[in-house]
Amino acid sequence: MAIKEKVRGAATTTSAAEPRSEGTQVVLRELVAHLRASRTELRENWIRKIVEARLLTSMTKEEVFAEATAVYDNYVEVLESGSVDALQAYARDLSERIIPRGVETHEVVGIVLLLRDVLARSLFGKYKQDYALYNVVLDAYEPAANRIANTVAVGFVQERERIIRQQQEAIRELSTPVLQVRERLLILPIIGVVDAQRARQLTEQLLRGIRGNRAKVVVIDITGVPSVDSKVANHLVQTVEASRLLGAMVIVTGLSSEIAQTLVTIGVDLAKMKTVGDLQGGIEEAERLLGYKVTQVAETRPTLESAK
Amino acid sequence: MEVPILKQGDYLIASIQAALSDADLLRLRDDLAQRVGRFRSRGVIVDVTVLDVMDSFAVRTLRNIGQILKMRGAETVIVGIQPEVAFAMVQLGLTLTDVWTALDLEESISFLDRLMKAGRTQGE
Amino acid sequence: MNDIAISISSDQDIVIARQRGRELAAKLGFSSTEQIAIATAISELSRNIVEYAKRGEVILSLTPSQGNGRGSLQITARDRGPGIPDVALAMRDGYSTSRSLGLGLPGTRRLMDEFEIVSKPGKGTTVTIRKWI
Repeated sequence: MAIKEKVRGAATTTSAAEPRSEGTQVVLRELVAHLRASRTELRENWIRKIVEARLLTSMTKEEVFAEATAVYDNYVEVLESGSVDALQAYARDLSERIIPRGVETHEVVGIVLLLRDVLARSLFGKYKQDYALYNVVLDAYEPAANRIANTVAVGFVQERERIIRQQQEAIRELSTPVLQVRERLLILPIIGVVDAQRARQLTEQLLRGIRGNRAKVVVIDITGVPSVDSKVANHLVQTVEASRLLGAMVIVTGLSSEIAQTLVTIGVDLAKMKTVGDLQGGIEEAERLLGYKVTQVAETRPTLESAK
Repeated sequence: MEVPILKQGDYLIASIQAALSDADLLRLRDDLAQRVGRFRSRGVIVDVTVLDVMDSFAVRTLRNIGQILKMRGAETVIVGIQPEVAFAMVQLGLTLTDVWTALDLEESISFLDRLMKAGRTQGE
Repeated sequence: MNDIAISISSDQDIVIARQRGRELAAKLGFSSTEQIAIATAISELSRNIVEYAKRGEVILSLTPSQGNGRGSLQITARDRGPGIPDVALAMRDGYSTSRSLGLGLPGTRRLMDEFEIVSKPGKGTTVTIRKWI
């Protein structure tokens, strides 16, 4: 979970408590006391609005109640302490729990905004007879409430991005298998589009494979790569060169005539690369280099001889 | 940090023990050039397993070592380049010519044996 | 985190700077491939300082998360040396043909996620590179 740790580290750098004036402090203290006293009623009110707005429909009633309670308490705590650290941590945990359930960004933002409105309305009810004081209360409440909404939304989005990055990585890993076919011989069949990031990942995996398997020869088959431009070609050259640095020889197979022409046109130095027409030929060549002697079994020999 | 150089039959083995400064690398070059002559060595193995950075200067110096030793009658094999280091080297655009490469010590010795037997003296 | 400044004036300092860079990168959770890319980039930039400006400094710092939600490890290499007369030329990649390795700037850029260079002839050079966390 290294990636998550990094995101956490980065996010907390902006979460220091905001400085507040003394007047604001007094108002906020009173506000917090009010919200604590009306906790049950306001929470009920809020949950009802969540249901009415058809938010968090993928969660059970009990789950919504539990999360709503936690968010409410965190919310009041942020108002009291001025620090969003605890809320931030909670928002990430919450996101981690609810993202796999299919909860969307608009739902998370929606419920936080609903809570903001429920509380603002309650404050209006409490202070409506003193309009001046009500304005002072709102001046203290609104920035804090906006900051809370922002924290929760950002926490959710960051968590989602983290998951997406993780999934991308997993997919990429699956799409570049390094296979050992014989002792000291690896095959890397590349299928699909190769961009800079994939090329990087592919090279890293191959190099690790070379070291791990003590490979001496690698066959890279690019039959399944639809197009090769100068960037991809350069990556290929880099992969070949890096493998050589480790002490392994690379044979590239599956260069179509179009790709071969492209390579010549863009001036890629093919002299450095050993190429063989197809994967089978590449493996045979690799076996020769490794000193394997492949002999045909008796049954097939007659056809071979007749072919001569 | 001086790099210890061991003589083993026809070969010299230099195993780098820690990060090297430019001056250390140049001293390694000079030491090898001198000893190849003194011991009439035919192959030199430089083990770089512990190096976590091979920048332009290191690569240039290793190349020079390969060129100089060849003139003194010995082939140079670099062994133990780490996958991450190799990756950084190619991204940086460095190519390590004039030397051979092998996975590890064992591999490099059998490689040199074969090379000597075949009587080949040409590097890549 | 406080910035880490390493003054560069000898080949020993190059080794120190890249080691500090790698340690910090490891602490920040970078993969070993990334750590080595960072250390190698620092080595190249420090080398340019020693070679062309005699002295200068390398500063390691942490930038807060940007729009993409990711902070970065930032390395600034600066000197008051002669500066680079033609930055565009110095940034041109000639590694495939040329035997001389130039300033290694295009390669350094490939090792990192972001790369900026400011150079004034007679005033000095500042190169800033970043790797996203």
